[in-house]
Amino acid sequence: MAPPRALSDFVAEATEILETLGRDVLALDESRTAQREPDPDLLNGIFRAAHSLKGLASMFGLELLSRLAHRVEDVLDALRLGKVGLDDALVDTLIDALDSLNALLAETANETSTPEAATRSEQLAERLRVLGEGAAAPSADVLDQIGLDPSIRAVFTEYEEHRLRENVKKGVRLYKVRAVFSLNDFDQRLGALNATLKPLGEVISTLPSSQPGDETSIAFDLIFGSSTLEPKIVDAIAGAASLESLGKPSPPPSAPSPRVPVDMGTPVPLPLRPLPSAPPIAPRGVIEQSLRSLSQTVRVDISRLDGLMNIVGELLLIRSNLQRLSETTKVPGVTVMPKAWSQELQRESRALERKLDELQQGVLDARMVPLVQVFDKLARLMRRLVRESGKQVDFEVAGGDVELDKLIVEELSDPLMHLLRNALDHGIELPDAREAQGKPRKAKIRLTARAQGNQVVIEVGDDGNGMDEARIRQVAIERGLVTGSQTDEMERRDLLNLVFLPGFSTRTDVSELSGRGVGLDVVKTNLARLSGLIDIDSRRRRGTTFVLTLPLTLAIIRALMVEASGRTYAVPLNSVLEIVSVRSDELQTIERREVIEVREHTLPFIRLSRVFGLPEKPLDRHFVIIVGLAQQRFGLAVDSLLGQHDIVTKPLSARLRHIPGISGATELGDRRAVLVLDVSALMEDVLRPQSAVI
Amino acid sequence: MVTTHKVLIVEDSRATRELLASAIESLDGVEVHTAVSGFEALKVLPRFRFSLIITDINMPDINGLELINFVKKNPNYRDTPLFVVTTEGREKDRERGLQLGANEYVIKPFAPDALSSLVRQYLKL
Repeated sequence: MAPPRALSDFVAEATEILETLGRDVLALDESRTAQREPDPDLLNGIFRAAHSLKGLASMFGLELLSRLAHRVEDVLDALRLGKVGLDDALVDTLIDALDSLNALLAETANETSTPEAATRSEQLAERLRVLGEGAAAPSADVLDQIGLDPSIRAVFTEYEEHRLRENVKKGVRLYKVRAVFSLNDFDQRLGALNATLKPLGEVISTLPSSQPGDETSIAFDLIFGSSTLEPKIVDAIAGAASLESLGKPSPPPSAPSPRVPVDMGTPVPLPLRPLPSAPPIAPRGVIEQSLRSLSQTVRVDISRLDGLMNIVGELLLIRSNLQRLSETTKVPGVTVMPKAWSQELQRESRALERKLDELQQGVLDARMVPLVQVFDKLARLMRRLVRESGKQVDFEVAGGDVELDKLIVEELSDPLMHLLRNALDHGIELPDAREAQGKPRKAKIRLTARAQGNQVVIEVGDDGNGMDEARIRQVAIERGLVTGSQTDEMERRDLLNLVFLPGFSTRTDVSELSGRGVGLDVVKTNLARLSGLIDIDSRRRRGTTFVLTLPLTLAIIRALMVEASGRTYAVPLNSVLEIVSVRSDELQTIERREVIEVREHTLPFIRLSRVFGLPEKPLDRHFVIIVGLAQQRFGLAVDSLLGQHDIVTKPLSARLRHIPGISGATELGDRRAVLVLDVSALMEDVLRPQSAVI
Repeated sequence: MVTTHKVLIVEDSRATRELLASAIESLDGVEVHTAVSGFEALKVLPRFRFSLIITDINMPDINGLELINFVKKNPNYRDTPLFVVTTEGREKDRERGLQLGANEYVIKPFAPDALSSLVRQYLKL
């Protein structure tokens, strides 16, 4: 019924709602753990989100989604109206329900459906229904006793009425704050007024007044509950609004009686003239920012950005052609055009280059999203896993504001989830064991991100037991992954890195936590697909940190163009550390593996020609590119260097996709296609012990 | 001469707003204006002469009931028909909406045809 375009609108909007919901449920849980009363705005926001999701899903005829969202909404409604309390079981079920909603949404987006997802969602819906029960009927309505103008009550939603009731029960005084603002900027001014009032009490409702001042202004009545003394409130609003006390508070025994004379709801004539434009009360930037996030965001399908990126890539090609042309005009003795024209051409082509750089940067920026999206998801998961594990853990997250290409962020959640599960399952000891070692009973797991030049470094660290390299060595030998003599030469770091070999797992029992039978080798492969690297820093009894290094984007990279046996290849520059020139007689062979000495370090190296089985030219000197990702490095011998280029990597056709060592292709200005080397795959090959035999 | 009726849709969900708009835009002589919040509606209202207002109840800044109250108490707008379109289940809100003077109450999910024929009826198209 709904057109496909509308369905993708639905998916985009529903995803956003679910993200917000997830974050807010965690915030709610935090305020509970801290034994604070949850912010009524937060609670209402969560309810509204669930309500919108239900409405949306039902509009699109998605029954399962709508039914589960409906149950979530009902429970949240009962929660915000104080009919049920917030406890572990409820928070966990809510988080599970959000997961299930996410799963259903993913199925909707892919136009698939599985019975598992359906069953799960129905079970959760039922569990939520049970949790939402026990809703007690509200006791005798205190609102009837306070003499509030019925016309005000008439416009309250059920929730606003509930908040009013809560305020009355607490014995706070109710006020009507009247403000008149210009139609042009009333939202900002009102935001400022709200920000002023919030620390002093609760703004229960905002009523646009039915008595218009004139054509250009609008009046609002804010129903405000506060136990702050009236003169203080008057001071705070500093002439931006007028204050009138409403009704009488039902006197709770312990409430301090206010000293201000109580006005029993007699209507007071109020000033209706527009206020002179007083400066806003709260810092303007804050309010404007919050408004911007509502209205100035455009959602764009990533494939459109990919399309733009491709055009930028082609423009870059045209640019290099133009540059070549303008270079030829500079060659002395060649007169293809008057000198003035040639200078003009060069100037314009430089200007074009600068603008293209900006365009490229702009398109890249548009693809960037903050990591917080995936970090929030992981925080929810960790919360549950920690509880199930019986261990005590502080989970710290930092750097959620660091931005990465959308495609990379999407692919990160599985590897990170795996590392976090690992840390919890294998890294962290049980509280008693920790105490015995003199560590605090509560362990720490950290997930942090930081930008570092053109890369982003993400760390997953714990303060647990650390890795035991002797045990790793033993297992690797038992599994036939390495031989004893190979490990004799390995340093501790190399031994630790054995855990990334396929078929390695230090535990025979598949625990509930690490589950799914996925090993660290898969994590490494996933990261390699993102041109990322993983490294381990582990100290016995102090803990383990996995360090992930990722490029900011996969769309455009700077590459070093090299030649081997007459063919051109591109080496991503982010992995190039340095280039050395060595004489052929400086090359040595140790254990049938070629190595070079660079500043007293022995580095393995491979000849690019041999990797691709090309005939080798006898050369006196080789250029060896020292490539490194994280702590690992090796040399790549090539015949010559051709300079640097910005390249847009395009995927290879299906037939070529599985050639090891190649990650894609790119075009150069002269329309030649050039293969892009996959440095992490090559490194894998070089550093894997068995590959010593070539 | 063809008169154009301006219809204001106040709805914070983009996907729903689009569905509402497309159901109504299919009618001849109707021009759809949209507002994403109650505040935006308050800003747009004085700028055009609307023949019909359609609003959601649950919105972030002011709720739909407050908007209905504002419209129906204001001599400039009180004769403008107003529909509430909202999700089922909030009986109390529904009652109040009608008391405050909403002319129709449309429950989501709605059939686009049913909505457009209701609009036609009010605009006498």
